[in-house]
Amino acid sequence: MIPRQFEYHAPQSVPEAIALLQKYGDTAKLLAGGHSLIPMMKIRFAEPEHLVDLGKLAELRGIREKGKELRIGAMTTENDLIWSTVVQKKCPLLVEAARLIGDPQVRYKGTIGGDISHGDPGNDHPAIMLALGASFVLQGSNGERVVAADDFFLDLYSTALEPDEVLTEIRIPVPAKGTGWCYAKLKRKTGDFATAATAVLLSMKGDTVKEVSIALTNAGATALKAREAEDSLRGKKLDDAAMAEAARLAMSICDPAEDQRGDVEYKTAMTGEMTQRALRTAHERAK
Amino acid sequence: MANKHTVSFKLNGNDVDVVVEPRELLIHTLRERLAHTGPHIGCETSHCGACTVDLDGMSVKSCTVLTVQCQDAEVLTIEGFEQNGELHALQEGFTQKHGLQCGYCTPGMITRAYRLLQENPKPSEEDIRYWMAGNLCRCTGYQNIVKAVQYAAEQTPKEVS
Repeated sequence: MIPRQFEYHAPQSVPEAIALLQKYGDTAKLLAGGHSLIPMMKIRFAEPEHLVDLGKLAELRGIREKGKELRIGAMTTENDLIWSTVVQKKCPLLVEAARLIGDPQVRYKGTIGGDISHGDPGNDHPAIMLALGASFVLQGSNGERVVAADDFFLDLYSTALEPDEVLTEIRIPVPAKGTGWCYAKLKRKTGDFATAATAVLLSMKGDTVKEVSIALTNAGATALKAREAEDSLRGKKLDDAAMAEAARLAMSICDPAEDQRGDVEYKTAMTGEMTQRALRTAHERAK
Repeated sequence: MANKHTVSFKLNGNDVDVVVEPRELLIHTLRERLAHTGPHIGCETSHCGACTVDLDGMSVKSCTVLTVQCQDAEVLTIEGFEQNGELHALQEGFTQKHGLQCGYCTPGMITRAYRLLQENPKPSEEDIRYWMAGNLCRCTGYQNIVKAVQYAAEQTPKEVS
């Protein structure tokens, strides 16, 4: 289980990394935490000729607040997120999700930026980013642009990142005080990808839903925003019937790939179940 | 020297230099070049944790780290735990509480538990089970592994350098 030969580059700055990407084009891959890419290289599913390691770029790691946003460097690890008091306080949904990713060792190395850029619908951050309405800072040879999570995930392993671009920062609008949250994830064991998972953010006005955001992991070629399910809940009382209807609408957009975790029917049904559970828990947590 | 890198790092406190292809995995460098066979190769797919080593204060699976990523790093393996003929509290705990049967997972277990106790010196049982979940054991049923870590936590284990 040894990767194919490649050349290794360890740039000392983001511009240097971009220059390497420009030089080597699609024969290069960026290495973040390496816990998706290196396993893929070992089974030779990925065979880059040049590996550009972002590991030395301390400027890409860290969490800060700017105005009403959390700004998270792309090389911030899952354990960094879990242990961050500012993330715990301002965006507990992100902590709940990070705690369900991989296992402890994977979380020391795995990064939020790597998880997002990989474009794998089984990864957890894409749905979390859709639910939070996050945006991503992409730096390339033509400068910097900011792309909304909604416009970023294009297809299986395909994102809006150009071959010479690096995802440098994740910007998350801090959810309003009193917002309920939940990431409900069904997995077979520690370290597994989701059989089905749903992220929910929910704010209530008395008995009725003021605002709701619902996103699905591993239910299609990309993470999915369940817009019709959201629409069905706004202004409604959040009772069992409303939640069942939202789950039905979420299931209606599912097109999961059959694998050892289950067939299409089972995975779709589990997405409905995770959606109901996430809504229920978010409701309990909403103030 | 076609496409080879010289990588220098500290292994259990000692300076080492190796010359490797970029594709060489840390577990192979440790076992095959540096004769540190404590970290084991189990699944080779970053699931089982038998190859766990401590890298710059992180528990990592050395089957999923390239040696070239380790320039200037500090690496700790099970070989570094015994100091001056004295077992580390975790080694003591695994002996006293029968935290192993076949022993294959044990170096990874101890190395992982070490970092856990450095970060959280008094973990609850739930903490131990959650933060040790990246290490698989096919013999013990985990009960005595948890007890071994609890035993070590009570001894306030020393930092290994």
